[in-house]
Amino acid sequence: MWDRVILFASYPGSIRELVFEGFREAVTDAGVTAKDIDASVVCSAPEYDKQRSPSGILAEYLGLNPQPTFYVETLCSSSSTGLKLAYSLVASGLHDVVAVMGFQKMSEISSAESQERMGRGADIQWESPFGTMMPAYYAMYAQAHMEKYGTRLEDLAAIRVKSATYGQINDRAVYRKPVTAEMFADPADIMAGPVASPLRVGDCCANADGSSCIIVASEEKARLFCKKPIWILGFGTASASVNLTGRDLFTGLRAAEQAAAAAYKMAGVGPGDIDVAEVHDCFTIAEMMAYENLGFAKPGEAKDLIQSRETYREGSIPVNVDGGLLSKGHPIGATGGSQIRTIVLQLRGEAGAMQVKEPEIGLVHNIGGVGIYGNVTILCNQ
Amino acid sequence: MSKPKKEADVRFGKFGTVSFTTLTKVNDFIDHLENGKVMATHCKTCNTTFFPPRADCCHCLSSDMTWQEVSGNGKLVTYSRLKFAPMGFDGDLPYCIALLDYGDYRVFGRLDSALDDSEIRIGMPMTTVANRLPNGQLNYVFKKA
Ligand SMILES: [Zn+2]
Repeated sequence: MWDRVILFASYPGSIRELVFEGFREAVTDAGVTAKDIDASVVCSAPEYDKQRSPSGILAEYLGLNPQPTFYVETLCSSSSTGLKLAYSLVASGLHDVVAVMGFQKMSEISSAESQERMGRGADIQWESPFGTMMPAYYAMYAQAHMEKYGTRLEDLAAIRVKSATYGQINDRAVYRKPVTAEMFADPADIMAGPVASPLRVGDCCANADGSSCIIVASEEKARLFCKKPIWILGFGTASASVNLTGRDLFTGLRAAEQAAAAAYKMAGVGPGDIDVAEVHDCFTIAEMMAYENLGFAKPGEAKDLIQSRETYREGSIPVNVDGGLLSKGHPIGATGGSQIRTIVLQLRGEAGAMQVKEPEIGLVHNIGGVGIYGNVTILCNQ
Repeated sequence: MSKPKKEADVRFGKFGTVSFTTLTKVNDFIDHLENGKVMATHCKTCNTTFFPPRADCCHCLSSDMTWQEVSGNGKLVTYSRLKFAPMGFDGDLPYCIALLDYGDYRVFGRLDSALDDSEIRIGMPMTTVANRLPNGQLNYVFKKA
């Protein structure tokens, strides 16, 4: 498996051109050509696109006809889901080499329009008419977590401060400026501006344009083409009720817990075996809950994990040492592939300034919507 | 002679500041809301109560439902006060979305705009009350019990 990702605050081209950039990097790195790829999986959240059925136009533009192409959507976790589909296609023996391409071009619509579209990733019949949006849903989880466990605004800010530490050294990140706890404490600072209580501007990631590409191959083909293949150890995927009325937990995401349990079981490892992780930090509270849902911390103790800096690069469980979505930006359909890229580079020892010391097992946690779709993928380098 | 065209039942278009749904089998919810009642549906076959209301039961596959009023107190599970709104909701700002737990079911909606932040406590008992919005649309809000 090999992959590449391209992120832009605003990409100066069309969807096909944006996807071409990630695809070119991935196939070049993998040493394959379009002819070697015998199926493709395209992943995005379609509400942003004018193009209907994007897999068709992308297969054409990338020279992937007449091979079959499929379209997969699970909101923000589309490309993790696409990776699981590609794995299934290869494991079943139907295909040998599958390209998973995630993309999103979000910059052509306004932020309010984008919030309205993302808000419609909720229950449009019974929730959206109240004026819902993603930050407010995650804010409801933050409110409940703070109430039950005494998590403080300072703890949430500490997540963003860590993120910015690495965003500054990731040349693919959209937000590369330093962020300090003092900025959150200053009401006049943009970071402290209210969005949806208790979440502030600094607790939220930004929209971005981006594309990612992962090449998934059978063991035989991977050994043939690639010098440093990375192996898939386990997958976990789960779903939860869209409407919050169908949920029984508001201090964590059930679908993430269930996906993690399934992935650990398939991989035959536990939370203590993970050397480096990428978690879905669309909001600071999302990273806090991920620590607990993945078993890196007990319920309610995520705040201690971040405050003791255990999730920094030198800590016991480094998390989002590429700056996470909070720094990289969150191009919905490309995001899972971007997280996979970081773990692939880490496990190959090619992460440069962000490199964790000799990791062998890495984990990706990618969530679609507000905990609707849980995806956990465990990778290893041998 | 052509038959008179049957008018589409688009009552659900009145739900919320902006409704994204018009046709649904649970359109009577809107009539009840007009009459000041917030209703759940109850499966006559397996006795499950559903909020939000649904026309079909996923437990026993029956579509034999009856309306049941959301009454009594629910507990505030969590909430958030929005300072930005999606398109079409700006005029309502600031407002709080929230969730109440009634034990057998939960209700997602808005807090009464008259409630001050200092009065809001997670766990507090609240009631669900039908509400008419300034633009003539209908929804429901949670008030202090
Ligand atoms: Zn039933």
